[in-house]
Amino acid sequence: MAHQLDNTHEPVEGRAPLILGGHDFKSLTGKVAEPLERKTPLGWWLCFLPSVAMLSVLGIAVAWLFWEGVGIWGLNNPVGWGWAIVNFVFWVGIGHAGTLISAILFLFRQKWRTSINRSAEAMTIFAVMCALIFPGIHVGRVWVAYWMFPLPNQMAMWPNFRSPLIWDVFAVSTYATVSLLFWYVGLIPDLATIRDRATSRLKKIIYGLFALGWRASTRHWQHYERAYLILAALATPLVLSVHSIVSMDFAASQLPGWHTTIFPPYFVAGAIFSGFAMVVTLMVICRKAFKMEAILTLRHFENMAKIIMVTGMMVGYAYAIEFFIAAYSGNPYEQFVFINRAFGPYAWAYWIMVGCNVLSPQIFWFKRFRTNLKVLFVMSIFVNIGMWFERFVIVVTSLHRDFLPSSWDYYSPTFWDVLTLIGSFGLFFTMFCLFARFLPMVAMAEVKTVLPGADPHGDGPKAVIQGAD
Amino acid sequence: MGLPLPMVPQLPEGKAFGLLARFKDAPAIHAACEKVRDAGYTKWDSHTPFPVHGLDRAMGLKASRLPWIVLTTGLSGAAGGMLLQYWVSVHAYALVISGKPLFSWPAFVPVTFELGVLFGALGAVFGMFALNRLPMLFHPLFSANSFAAATDDGFFISIESWDPKYDETATAALLREAGAIEVEVVNNE
Repeated sequence: MAHQLDNTHEPVEGRAPLILGGHDFKSLTGKVAEPLERKTPLGWWLCFLPSVAMLSVLGIAVAWLFWEGVGIWGLNNPVGWGWAIVNFVFWVGIGHAGTLISAILFLFRQKWRTSINRSAEAMTIFAVMCALIFPGIHVGRVWVAYWMFPLPNQMAMWPNFRSPLIWDVFAVSTYATVSLLFWYVGLIPDLATIRDRATSRLKKIIYGLFALGWRASTRHWQHYERAYLILAALATPLVLSVHSIVSMDFAASQLPGWHTTIFPPYFVAGAIFSGFAMVVTLMVICRKAFKMEAILTLRHFENMAKIIMVTGMMVGYAYAIEFFIAAYSGNPYEQFVFINRAFGPYAWAYWIMVGCNVLSPQIFWFKRFRTNLKVLFVMSIFVNIGMWFERFVIVVTSLHRDFLPSSWDYYSPTFWDVLTLIGSFGLFFTMFCLFARFLPMVAMAEVKTVLPGADPHGDGPKAVIQGAD
Repeated sequence: MGLPLPMVPQLPEGKAFGLLARFKDAPAIHAACEKVRDAGYTKWDSHTPFPVHGLDRAMGLKASRLPWIVLTTGLSGAAGGMLLQYWVSVHAYALVISGKPLFSWPAFVPVTFELGVLFGALGAVFGMFALNRLPMLFHPLFSANSFAAATDDGFFISIESWDPKYDETATAALLREAGAIEVEVVNNE
């Protein structure tokens, strides 16, 4: 059985199949729809209830923040941007892997994406929801958060469109909207499948409403596929722009440690790196929980491990180049910041970051580790930790040493900073639990196109192998 | 066709919606669609659980004109974005910032781009809905016995009774000859 489930070796001729277990269209529908149709298992409650508890922690932390103000956080005079911004960049970055899988891998015809794209896109949306909280609450006076948008107001005041912070408002809100649209368009045929299988009237009505009356017509598929392709083509430059613009929040300032041109590509690579790690974390759990070994195969995980290793090395390269540029620039302030980053008061954070992001993914040079789910799971947690620390290092180490040594200070988070971060994970996991319970976790209509029987010119076993490409 | 799909017309009382034929697999429906197309039918459709590669050509459909809708909405979004920033920065709230000209357009590129993408994406999704006439929660096909399989593992052709070439017996015979494993008359209800 174990050998049967290994599709990480290419056969001499053709390509290894992407979906195992001898699935046909009907068995695949049944397999994906099963978690939605059975009685809620105990394991789901064991994930959902702690997540909701963590989500309520977020509610408490944010309520206290609104009551008392940003003074409850550990911000001090030189460090005016703390965990709120670290968490914001962390969560936006997580989202990027979902868009990479759904859009960029689609344009490159990477058909293995079909098994993971639905849940990766869901992850994107939930991560962006978590991210959007932080710029919303960190402004201090939340009741004027609408000043971020160009809305006519009684003060006749308008935003400054030359600021990267306003670009960010447009980038992240466009990203959230387009990700949601892309995800929903992908869901429509599968919602129709659930509607047609539903046994209770209530389910039929709810899924039916969201399926919009989809009747799987080729005249519909034609416009649908075109819309999907266009959305992928729009989402690809969009996702690259979003983290580039997030990086400009830093790069367009005059601060040594932030004011570098490498930031946009470096942030995008890091975003994809951290996002894939989160996809692996979630998929290892889902594969086990929903017994989807035949759909989420080792080949999928091996591919993700390769992407994690490549993007991890891109990030490592960016860390090295920052030091080189600091040395090469001859600018003493720039040089001080980087030496201080690696050997100053926050050296511990810097080396956690390097250890998790640069050193640990190197074990993926070995296939044995790329195809070992336990190793992958542990590694994905390391990468998530490392990428959170990367944002911490960038934000805090650059700020805590001001131009005036008299204002130098050490920043530490407070109890409320920690609760807010934990709470954002609560929101993320609550949403993901609801998704796994009520929506098809795998894009059925898309996976069916990579099954051998999908080829309209199929003629026997040879076509089976080609169809798997 | 590239044009929006026609609505189901008002049919006289008692007249059937048309015929629904089920086929075994993807190769079978591909071959059958070519036959129906070559027989000269125009008011018909096929239904498959996933987009079967090349089935639009086998049905003789013209390319979707959705890209033109997206081009229009995307460019409008971008133009509107640039115009908004121009109006805000030059007319509504003219402040000199960092000694830059009031209309410092390179700084306005990111928001212009984002709004272009946003309106392009909205155009793609809602344009697709409009071309497909979705949402359409009721359709006579949903009353057919086996039609629920179209979102699972069933491959179907439906021919509508107002097609000029439609004849219940002859059309059913054509579908059987094309390899249908099951042909059903769908009532208009």
